[in-house]
Amino acid sequence: MSEHIVSPKIYLAIFLTLMAGTAITVWAAYQNFGAFNIVIALGIATFKATLVVLYFMHARYSPKRTQLVIICSVFWLVIMLALTLTDYQTREQSVSRFAPPAINRAA
Amino acid sequence: MALICDARTAFGAGSNTLDLTLGGFNTVVLIMSSLTMAMAVWSAEVGKKQLVSIFLIATLVLGTVFLGVKVIEYKQKFDHHLIPGSGFDIRYHAEHPTATDNPGKIAEEREELEKAFAKDPDLNAHAQLYFSLYFGMTGLHALHMIVGAGLLVWLIKGSFAGRYTPQYNTPVEIVGLYWHFVDIVWIYLFPLLYLIDRHH
Repeated sequence: MSEHIVSPKIYLAIFLTLMAGTAITVWAAYQNFGAFNIVIALGIATFKATLVVLYFMHARYSPKRTQLVIICSVFWLVIMLALTLTDYQTREQSVSRFAPPAINRAA
Repeated sequence: MALICDARTAFGAGSNTLDLTLGGFNTVVLIMSSLTMAMAVWSAEVGKKQLVSIFLIATLVLGTVFLGVKVIEYKQKFDHHLIPGSGFDIRYHAEHPTATDNPGKIAEEREELEKAFAKDPDLNAHAQLYFSLYFGMTGLHALHMIVGAGLLVWLIKGSFAGRYTPQYNTPVEIVGLYWHFVDIVWIYLFPLLYLIDRHH
């Protein structure tokens, strides 16, 4: 385990930053940034997740090997997510042309 | 055309049925539980045995609050016919408001749904995709929370026995890593599920 003991002060500062991030992401969702709404939302989420990994999970104070494993894992995750996007990118803007018969349209 | 461009997507219509107050509250609760978990690790590292128990119990309580709120949200979805299947109808709640609903909000909802249906006649089919993902992802997340709660009960028992010390605290540290990972998943799920097309 890491020898470094993270102080409660740092934990509290990270917690408050995460709270602020949550407030900002809700605020941003109510603004119309067009296609950038999702980019901003995921950007804030990634910032928050990074803080959790670095401080709550002590990655910042971990050995270089541990950090390398984390970076490789995230890289692998990005590959997997990017592969799911290949389907999305090759679709028409509207899928209605290929859509199956409407389900309970009359309901 | 302007009317249709301005309409919510099917996923946006589904997302707007979620209760942002409950979802936001749960986000705060879960991040707070990560803080108490981190504090439990710190307490063990500096040898404050009583604090380990207190922070672990706080984490368990907050985790249980999260799951309780999730139950309320799921119940709401059942009541509003938002479970994918033959009974699904995203308009159900707007057309069958209860006495406690704000009439102005219901009228607004009905108008937004009308616009969304004008843009996408198969809105109900596409919104069911959204709700399948919603229940799949939040359900899997909740399952991880339940596993985490079980691990916390085990840790709390150990902490009562005074097992976790500056020399030996690996179980607290590792369950902490797991708990933070579940928190990270929620950090992504919250904007992805609750915050689509909210500006309409």
